[in-house]
Amino acid sequence: MFIKHRALKVASSVFMAGALVAALSLNAGAAQAAAKCGTVNIANNPWVGYNADTAVVEYVAKHSLGCNVVVKDITEQVSWQGFASGEVDVILENWGHEDLAAKYITKLKVAQDIGSAGNSGIIGWYVAPWMVKKYPDITNYKNLNKYAKLFKTSESGSKGAFLDGDPSYVTNDAALVKNLKLNYKVIFTGSEAALITAFRGSEAKKKPVIGYFYEPHWFLSELPLVHIKLPAYTTGCDADPKTITCDYPPYALNKVARTAFLKSGSPAAKLIKNFTWTNDDQNSVARSIAVDKLTRDAAAKKWVDAHPDIVKKWLA
Amino acid sequence: MTSASPMISVKNLWKVFGSNPDQVIGTELASLTRSELRAKTGNTVAVRDVSFDVAPGEVFVVMGLSGSGKSTLVRCMTRLIEPTAGELHFGNEDVLSVDAKRLRELRRTKFSMVFQHFGLLPHRKVIDNIAYSLEINGVEKDARHARANEVIELVGLQGYGHAYPDQLSGGMQQRVGLARALAVDPEIMFLDEPFSALDPLIRRDMQAEVIRLHHELGKTMVFITHDLAEAVKLGDRIAIMRDGAIVQIGTPEDLVMNPANEYVANFVKEHPKSHVLTIRSIMRTPGTGEELSEIALAPQTTVKDAARSVVGSTRPLRVVENGQVIGIVGHDEILRAIAGTED
Amino acid sequence: MTLTTSAPSEVKKSSKNKYIAALVAGFLVCATFLHGRATLFLDPSTNTSFHSWLNSISDWITFHRTSNPFLQIVVEGIRSFINGLVTFTQNLISQGSGNRSTPIIGWLGVVAIVVFVTFVISNKKIALLAAAGMTSLGLLGYWTESMQTLALTLGAVVLSLLIGIPVGVLAGIFPRFEKLLMPLLDFSQIMPTFVYLSPVTLFFLIGPASATIVTLIYAIPPVLRITSIALREVSTASVEAGISMGSTKWQMLRKIQVPLAKRTIVVGINQTIMAALSMVTIAALINAPGLGQVVLSSLQQLDVGRSFVAGLGIVILAIVLDRSTTAAAAKVEEKEPTEQSKRIRRITVGISAAITAAAVAISHSVTWAATFPGTGVIGQHLSNGVSSASAWLQDHFSNVTNAMTNIVSYLFINPLQWLLAETPWYIVGFAWIALAAIIGGRRVAVISAICIAGIIGTGLWSDTMVTLASTFVAAFITVILGIVMGVWIGRNKRADSIIRPILDAGQVLPAFVYLVPFLGLFNASRFTAILAAVVYAAPAAIKLAADGIRGVPAGMIEAGIAAGSTPWQMIIKVQLPAARRGIALATNQGLIYVLAMIVVGGLVGGGGLGYLVVDGFSQETYFGKGLAAGLAIVLLGVMLDRISQAVAKKNPLQQG
Repeated sequence: MFIKHRALKVASSVFMAGALVAALSLNAGAAQAAAKCGTVNIANNPWVGYNADTAVVEYVAKHSLGCNVVVKDITEQVSWQGFASGEVDVILENWGHEDLAAKYITKLKVAQDIGSAGNSGIIGWYVAPWMVKKYPDITNYKNLNKYAKLFKTSESGSKGAFLDGDPSYVTNDAALVKNLKLNYKVIFTGSEAALITAFRGSEAKKKPVIGYFYEPHWFLSELPLVHIKLPAYTTGCDADPKTITCDYPPYALNKVARTAFLKSGSPAAKLIKNFTWTNDDQNSVARSIAVDKLTRDAAAKKWVDAHPDIVKKWLA
Repeated sequence: MTSASPMISVKNLWKVFGSNPDQVIGTELASLTRSELRAKTGNTVAVRDVSFDVAPGEVFVVMGLSGSGKSTLVRCMTRLIEPTAGELHFGNEDVLSVDAKRLRELRRTKFSMVFQHFGLLPHRKVIDNIAYSLEINGVEKDARHARANEVIELVGLQGYGHAYPDQLSGGMQQRVGLARALAVDPEIMFLDEPFSALDPLIRRDMQAEVIRLHHELGKTMVFITHDLAEAVKLGDRIAIMRDGAIVQIGTPEDLVMNPANEYVANFVKEHPKSHVLTIRSIMRTPGTGEELSEIALAPQTTVKDAARSVVGSTRPLRVVENGQVIGIVGHDEILRAIAGTED
Repeated sequence: MTLTTSAPSEVKKSSKNKYIAALVAGFLVCATFLHGRATLFLDPSTNTSFHSWLNSISDWITFHRTSNPFLQIVVEGIRSFINGLVTFTQNLISQGSGNRSTPIIGWLGVVAIVVFVTFVISNKKIALLAAAGMTSLGLLGYWTESMQTLALTLGAVVLSLLIGIPVGVLAGIFPRFEKLLMPLLDFSQIMPTFVYLSPVTLFFLIGPASATIVTLIYAIPPVLRITSIALREVSTASVEAGISMGSTKWQMLRKIQVPLAKRTIVVGINQTIMAALSMVTIAALINAPGLGQVVLSSLQQLDVGRSFVAGLGIVILAIVLDRSTTAAAAKVEEKEPTEQSKRIRRITVGISAAITAAAVAISHSVTWAATFPGTGVIGQHLSNGVSSASAWLQDHFSNVTNAMTNIVSYLFINPLQWLLAETPWYIVGFAWIALAAIIGGRRVAVISAICIAGIIGTGLWSDTMVTLASTFVAAFITVILGIVMGVWIGRNKRADSIIRPILDAGQVLPAFVYLVPFLGLFNASRFTAILAAVVYAAPAAIKLAADGIRGVPAGMIEAGIAAGSTPWQMIIKVQLPAARRGIALATNQGLIYVLAMIVVGGLVGGGGLGYLVVDGFSQETYFGKGLAAGLAIVLLGVMLDRISQAVAKKNPLQQG
């Protein structure tokens, strides 16, 4: 293990040679510094719509501002905790989360609401279109028990299977099933992709599937899922998950950033504050990622190149 | 033999293994046999009330069958095992009461040990095994290697200093063991069955080696063995142990000629007496005008060694001690001794 | 249900079997008549007061992080120290820092260092393997992610060794200290890796510090345990010689015990590195960056190809780390070579060091050496290939895979779940304790009773029973597989020489990787989790069973052959009964491994406690419930371990 004198001499001379080569090739294109923007930690929550936000912000911050962007694939709750630990600088698409906002924004003051992302969100219960044609009254939740046995699977036992997505998603489904006395069991498929696969299979093979879904989403233009109406949302009706019996509220999706990050004067902070776009914008990038299998970078480039004026506004 | 002040002196030494050894010594329990005691208290007596002195330059052999407590005894003498009771003096020093630091000093400079299974350090070269004691005593590398090379030569391991122990044969490994023990120029060497793991032929070479080293260096030795022949060959005096206690201490001749009890007698029964019997005990006074050979023998010559010269001569040989003829031996004495009709 | 819990441990075997039969019969009768009552079912949306209490602790910690002295000084101190260390290793090889957009050492430098180090600690062949492995990480397109994983692993390994080796040395020297540590070490082995993620994040938040700490919990025990064993196994002859020559304690340690224990300690280091790598990938669940993240997010996107490629990256890293440290352990044995070959080696090492230094210098500043060139086209192709293969399989075999899922679910999982989760808790609990008493005697019965009470206390009895049902099904398959394969490779040397390396490799892989192929084929379901658990647990079970078969004394086999037994009779009448203890051990280990993986299966539709743990990371409202689920898993694990160990102990090895 120990390099003795002689070896050391050889080593140092070869090292010098190496260093010389290195120095000469420096001009040839060194790994350049990330100007003065520094590092931005973007939380990247597990659904494609959010990934589209991340893609575009990452692209612009990297290429227009020279920031060092670190994308963290984490869930919503974990993202909020990241404000406290300093792991996360920004959440680009926040769905409600009043409890978390109260904790991290109001009480701990480690994060701030930095305004709308421009998208409005809907969460709800959906079935594939063929089911509505075949069972027209299924869109009323009161009739769901009638059809429960259609949805039976090996995982749901004697009840109907109601498919949920990622365990981290905003969901009241288990409580709703219980409180609306529906003969269903919530089964977690584990992901958005699994939900899409399930709905696609439902339509293709005419296999009954009911589950959780949301807008904005590119998939709805491929397969227009039908929203099942639950008792209408009224302010505060979802306050206590134990007794909740109403549908999800309409969401105005907003951005949240770490207070210290906002104060750092990073140009990226300004970009993110200004960032806002439409559901269609998001869907087009999301489709590039999910359907066309483009990388985040390529998908973002495609959209950014097509919308220079919007990007310019963000950077202003 | 014990006239000069002893090199090491053991007095009433006990070693009792078990949960509560103190309950044994000095009570009536101490008189129970081993198996009785174990049945009664769960304690095992390994060394029972042992006393002896070893004179400077003496080779003192402790002999016993396995389980007789001889290995425990030798470990008690270097405090590798703490004795339960008794006294142990090295010169005037009370070994049992010295502190850990002084004990280490004794082990580093005065005592040394050779083990049955060699106890070499497999990760060190021969030379570094031998120099280990010097190394931990803070001797500089050059100095300790010079000394190690000296003893390497002494034990006939020239050229093997940079080998690793497991590259050597068993006999050579034990030469390393000997060399290591000699490296610190100790005052007393403890050898715990050093050759019992070796083949008979090699064992004989090694015994000769020990005799040679003893002649050259005159080290005091405490030598443990289970082999009577080895004990007789090497020992100035032999202590025979049984069930932890010493049954008899004496010169090889004493043991063979005057066994203290049945046990010892049984032990030495098969041993050819001519090997231990000295001519001192068979010589006679010369008859008047008897013609004697020119050849003289020392009184401690064994019958076996004397036989050839006596038989080769037509006349009896003189036994000479301090320049004085103290007796003679002739054909009759030798034949009678070998035939065993003496007893 | 006529028997009482006071079944003495000396019951004869035949009457023991009778008791068990009576117990099962009684249980089935009660289960049928009292079905659906007192199941302690807890709605997924409901928290018990215990869960809420845990939540409030979590909130308290969140709000007092900056004001409570303990949290502020100790916890935050540890957190920022570890964060600093990890950030340092990350800046070194995986991420840009300050004004740099690339790490301090680029890919070329890292490859050069890895090759150099493997060359020095092992040999040329392994160095070549390392070079190929490291480069392929880049070619697959996951260089950065691999380095993130490696950076975290390195940080955790350094800390593990800094803690594990000295403590192991102490435990090796002081038997009393070791006795004190043993239960802790045993416990950490039973505890599924999954469950300590949450409690750690409670204190250390999401991030590198938590990822490192959970890794430490998992990775320290191997090196600690092996170091202490290594020290104790240093031959008494060497130790005695050392003392007789007057060595001080410190000299003994430094010059004799540690050098002689070195080889074994390196084996411990190898195990610690593998454990760390495995845990770092699981720590993706608490936001540890790297290949684990890729696997996790592609699991979430049902991207079989991508998760396969990332899994492959983990496997490659595992192989490079494993082979080089294994070879290093072998090398410790080698003696110093001759002067001449030493000089040659010195020169080679010197030159390689120089080349490495040059490569590092270049990779520090030159783009092509800093960032792995290319876009990972090979990885892309591989990923697409696997994805389409998986899609093809799904298209063409979905009937088969669905049928398999349904058969196992309806025939085994559902009935078992029906029995365990929908029978009154007092019947199931009583049956458990009675079984524990019959098999293991009073002590095991008391431990089981405490565990059952604890599980009820967590409020998750029903979920625990769901997990237990899956665990039983998986363990059953595992044990059958273990016995069949074990008999085969235990009797057939050639089969052994082929299969054993595969099993060894299988044990090196992080648990996570096993989920991927099954998710593609069987979708999110309990059956997927069961399959993954079987594959994860099988290597250990097969090896133990095979060792048991092989351990049957030769004399017994000769007697069997001499009596004219057919091979089948040999297996059934001689080898299996004689290898009973080995098989019981295989069952015990199989159960523990299966439980660990079944709960990870919560990620892929496994349901039960595993899902609740995942949910606990995912939803703050259910954080406390997730913690409680972790606790229930541990209690379940302890109970299964004790009972199956009692089986192993009650079947003494019949050796001549």
